[in-house]
Amino acid sequence: MAEIPDDEYILKTTSACAGCSIPLCLRYITKAAGPDTVLVIPACCTSVIQGLYPNTAVNIPIYNVAFASAAAVASGMSEAFRAAGKKTNVICFGGDGGTVDIGIQALSGALERGTDFLYICYDNEAYSNTGMQRSGATPLGAATTTTPTGKKEFKKDLDAIVNAHNPVYMATACSAYPVDLYNKVEKALSIPGPKFMHILAPCPPGWRYPSDKTVALGKLAVQSGMWVLYERENGKMSLTGASKAAAKKRIPVEDYLKAQGRFKTATKENVAELQQMVENNFKRIEKEVEGIC
Amino acid sequence: MSAKLAISKPKEGAAGKTGTWRTFKPVVDMELCNKCGNCERFCPDGTISKDFEIDLEYCKGCGICAEVCPKKAIKMVREE
Repeated sequence: MAEIPDDEYILKTTSACAGCSIPLCLRYITKAAGPDTVLVIPACCTSVIQGLYPNTAVNIPIYNVAFASAAAVASGMSEAFRAAGKKTNVICFGGDGGTVDIGIQALSGALERGTDFLYICYDNEAYSNTGMQRSGATPLGAATTTTPTGKKEFKKDLDAIVNAHNPVYMATACSAYPVDLYNKVEKALSIPGPKFMHILAPCPPGWRYPSDKTVALGKLAVQSGMWVLYERENGKMSLTGASKAAAKKRIPVEDYLKAQGRFKTATKENVAELQQMVENNFKRIEKEVEGIC
Repeated sequence: MSAKLAISKPKEGAAGKTGTWRTFKPVVDMELCNKCGNCERFCPDGTISKDFEIDLEYCKGCGICAEVCPKKAIKMVREE
């Protein structure tokens, strides 16, 4: 197991809800990145949970920017640091709304320009900060305040869109596996060029489950195959951690769905479609891992 | 003329004493504890020290520590 530093860069405490997985992710991301780091944060839960002005709970520099501009700001910042001969890590930390929907053009532009930065999208599968409205990352069947009878569309495949830009490194992670998350952030920051990470971040009030189940739910997501842990280095894909086991044997998707109140209105057809999606996804991943496609 | 930038400074307690949010508090039974470190690792707010002391001034009482404890050494007890 990797040696994780004891240093904490998230002071006690953020104003995140009890059981929120964002500060858990931030703890390990900042541990891996160290003090020579700037976080660029668009409008999202994290821009709210830092604490009340003039104080902040995050002990490394943060630049809070407009919703659509995180990756564009990071591009300029990274160029300026490199021109000054500094190796400072530039990390964008945006939610799914600010990445999948609103910030996607800036992200696409920065990846295409080959900016030396790491974009991290933490995915709580809705606009949680403003009260749980549907986003492009909300899965099929999930109830939100704007889809009270369940979303009718599938989750947007952000990773496929990012992969089409051929970043030097991309990975997925989940807050329930912080050591895996730490290792991936550390690896990403050791490589120059555009990097991308997608983290599943369970949200107790939004997904409607008790706050103590945050870690358990993240594990269910990976064990059921609804979330896949992998990394792709220069186009070469490999499964990591618990997803290696999930590729061979999975628990039914229903076990993951019934642990959350947001899937209460999901129909039998929804559940079957999601199960089919997982099966198809793993068929495709297996082929890619073997190098067939 | 330069505008004044709004800059926040890092400080413990930036979001206030979040311990007041709690309805259930974690109580550790040190006799059952095998010091695996899961609670410290998974506490979202980093309120559990390496010696498994829980900072009740800031612990929000989410109960993740009790949930991830393999020995069930942490009980969530209702606040008085």
